Amino acid sequence: MLLSYIFKRILVMIPTLFITSVLIFTVINLPEGDYFETMVAEMQAQGEKADMSRVEFLKKEYGFDKPPVERYFWWVTGLLRGDMGYSFEYQLPVRDVVGDRLLLTMIVSFFTIIFTWIVAFPIGIYSATHQYSWGDYGLTFIGLLGLAVPHFLLALIFLYFANIWFGTSIGGLVDPQYLNQPMSWAKFKSVLEHLWIPVIIIGAGGTAGMIRKLRANLLDELQKQYYVTARAKGLPPGKALRKYPLRMALNFFISDIGDILPSIVSGAEIVAIVLSLQTTGPLLIRALQSQDMYLAGSFLMFLSFLTVIGVLISDIALAILDPRIRLQGTATK
Amino acid sequence: MNILEINDLRIGFTIHGFARDVVKGVDFRIPAGRTVALVGESGSGKSVISQAIMGLLPRAGAVTGGSILFRDPQEKGAVIDIATLPAEGKEIRDLRGGRIGMIFQEPMSSLSPVHTIGNQIEEALQLHRPMPKPEARALIEAMLKRVGFKDPARAYDFYSFELSGGLRQRAMLAMALICQPALLIADEPTTALDVTIQAQVLDLMRDLQAEMGMAILLITHDLGVVANMADEVVVIYHGEIMESGSAEDIFRRPQHPYLKALLKASPHFDMQEGERLVALREARPRAPATPKPAPAPQSRDQRAPLLAVRNVHKTYTTHSSRFFGKGTTSTVTAVNDVSFDIERGECLGLVGESGCGKTTLSKVIMRAVTPDSGQIRFDDGKDCVDILSLQGEELRRFRPKLQMIFQDPVSSLSPRMTVMNILREPLVIHERGDGAEQTARVKALMDDVGLDQRFLSRYPHSFSGGQRQRIGIARALALDPELIICDEPVSALDVSVQAQILNLLKDLQAERGLTFLFISHNLAVVNYMADRIAVMANGRIVELAPRHTLFTAPVHPYTKALLKSVPFADLDRKLDFKLAAPGGASDTRHWPASFKPDPEGEALAHLDLGAGHLVLAKPGADVRELA
Repeated sequence: MLLSYIFKRILVMIPTLFITSVLIFTVINLPEGDYFETMVAEMQAQGEKADMSRVEFLKKEYGFDKPPVERYFWWVTGLLRGDMGYSFEYQLPVRDVVGDRLLLTMIVSFFTIIFTWIVAFPIGIYSATHQYSWGDYGLTFIGLLGLAVPHFLLALIFLYFANIWFGTSIGGLVDPQYLNQPMSWAKFKSVLEHLWIPVIIIGAGGTAGMIRKLRANLLDELQKQYYVTARAKGLPPGKALRKYPLRMALNFFISDIGDILPSIVSGAEIVAIVLSLQTTGPLLIRALQSQDMYLAGSFLMFLSFLTVIGVLISDIALAILDPRIRLQGTATK
Repeated sequence: MNILEINDLRIGFTIHGFARDVVKGVDFRIPAGRTVALVGESGSGKSVISQAIMGLLPRAGAVTGGSILFRDPQEKGAVIDIATLPAEGKEIRDLRGGRIGMIFQEPMSSLSPVHTIGNQIEEALQLHRPMPKPEARALIEAMLKRVGFKDPARAYDFYSFELSGGLRQRAMLAMALICQPALLIADEPTTALDVTIQAQVLDLMRDLQAEMGMAILLITHDLGVVANMADEVVVIYHGEIMESGSAEDIFRRPQHPYLKALLKASPHFDMQEGERLVALREARPRAPATPKPAPAPQSRDQRAPLLAVRNVHKTYTTHSSRFFGKGTTSTVTAVNDVSFDIERGECLGLVGESGCGKTTLSKVIMRAVTPDSGQIRFDDGKDCVDILSLQGEELRRFRPKLQMIFQDPVSSLSPRMTVMNILREPLVIHERGDGAEQTARVKALMDDVGLDQRFLSRYPHSFSGGQRQRIGIARALALDPELIICDEPVSALDVSVQAQILNLLKDLQAERGLTFLFISHNLAVVNYMADRIAVMANGRIVELAPRHTLFTAPVHPYTKALLKSVPFADLDRKLDFKLAAPGGASDTRHWPASFKPDPEGEALAHLDLGAGHLVLAKPGADVRELA
């Protein structure tokens, strides 16, 4: 039954992804002109002479003389074969442009998520069990600061103080000599050294949000009768808390997985620009600005695919973890 | 020997910096193996005392004086003062669940929905009596069998939401008693259950008490339950003990005026025609409500009933998709071929246990749920309409004639609207008068339901449950409806407030000539309010009779079982606990053949026994003889 459920869910993903791809393609093609016209205009503005014959050749090569519907199918069938297209700006296949950055992005995001969880969980539990205490107020205040201060501002402040106090420039994710080098132990160590600042900055907002969510969920659950029942059995408070209210408060956590997967890849764009991180965020923004359509489109499709997969994973996990979802029937009126 | 002795116990709460005593010097004792009932209204401090005994007071509360002495019969001579134990220390945790068990009012929410019953019971057992798993499992299954699970091995792996309310409370009992405690605290254990299930659970508690020799502290507001269960009674009011003594003394020779008043405030079956309930605290006096504007000259037959329900069917299809098993589709018939009339100006009572379809029926009449088939004719003297065929603007114009009063006075009022807005909303929706007229109407409504006009700018949260229900009644009256459906209007209220609201409804009915459909599971309340009573079971009306006939000469086995399960606040009429059928009164297998629905045989029909007394039985069956 679980297998047939998963199968059905995967079937539903097909129309979802199809509609998403149409939307992405339409939105990217909405602005006037295409990448080549933007490029020619830019070159002429700089007083250079554009090689029109080459532009014409490229246009023909990539089917820009054909109607949009035809180009759409060309793009989509390419995606299905695993061909993400060609980036005009970088003059490389999209796969090669994204490749290295994707890995770095995943590393940053992964550590950010771990950081968020490690910080948010104990604080959320503490805030909920010590509601309205000084500790609760203090931690809530700090959390709200993290939520309210814009990330890029936080990034600038960190840049400034890191430079004054540690005398280091923390821009970038790796030391410059490792850029475009294959992953090695030395490169990995360099990444770790640079990692903590973006992790804290990007994690700050998420942590605060998660603390508030966990606190609110847990406070609700702590009022519930079954928690009193557990304590009336003689369970020590910590054990009772972990087995019952915390377990129930986890549900929202699992349903969050759907949001986490795409954010692992997209990263925090603006912070990445300020800190000049070599992640995928700045790449996407630049690609959208210059109408580098295959790079932008394929990347967005990849994100939507991850979102759909994330929701599927969290649905399956919820069904396995919560018997109410697994066993209760649905009534039709 | 006394298991528990409470001496001069004081409990204070600090809220927003204000200290307030909620329990003010309480003394009582619980003898070993006996049942002591702690009786009082909500807010009297009875639940707080039980929390103090368990060491589970909320953070804002603390024992400020006195002692709670616990003498464990297993350890002779040892006396523990629970009041002095640290709140989360090992000593108090060993007592909790080990020597003192507790069950609660809401069996749904007191069990975790994501752990199996067996898991939760085993946890209590392993905590106090560690043992190897197979041994524990055998012990738990034996306990589950003892509390009435037919297949304990399967029940072990059930989740609480897969069980009915009665079975959940049985599982709670199994959990509280698995360590064989010396004292069981039962906080309103049967208040949320139907009467027949209540009788079964009380019976089970008495049997287990006899077997295990434990003492029971029974906390309740229901004097009927007290009379049937308690050896000793303690009456508490505002944190002080009004009266205490043996059940004999309390019921035969009540001394304190509060107890006498409490006995008079609860409706019972022996009330004389026209006798009024006496509320504990008389509500503020109100002038009689203005009678309804005289109806337009009658052109049609005056005797036509106001509402005629004919052959209404409603089925729900439930698709239970078990994740790891086979999905099944089952059809539940919520309302099955229901027909009845409501005469102008009468109060028709509709009783039945939870799940019998009475709420679905009320929703069908309100057009909130669309039935599969049937007809509902509404005749207000001017025109006659079929409610079910009304559409769009017609339906909107019809709505004011039919209004509803809900069960839960908290959730049925929007917390973000003032009383003025709440009462004015229906007038605004149906464009009755201009602003000034609407305000005047709202003020008049407040007078009608006995509320001060100065309350109009307040929000619902600043009112008590009884006052909120008055607001709900005023809202239902705002549009001068012909028929008001009252869905369990007093079941969420305390005895004393209940008496006030019932009296208010009665007065309003007399003064304004209202017609009520009064839905309740409480037979005594229906007996007080209704002129005729319809009894519903498994989606069908099984018996319909004038009030007096139904209570003195019931014919249908279901009605009889319901009546027999109601506990009286009278020592001379104790419940016969063993009468209740295992599956509750609605279990058709225990009905005599003449009443049993038979898919192959003749369909059941309503037999007329004369004087408006109808009963659902096999055509041709001599039900008089059976009665």
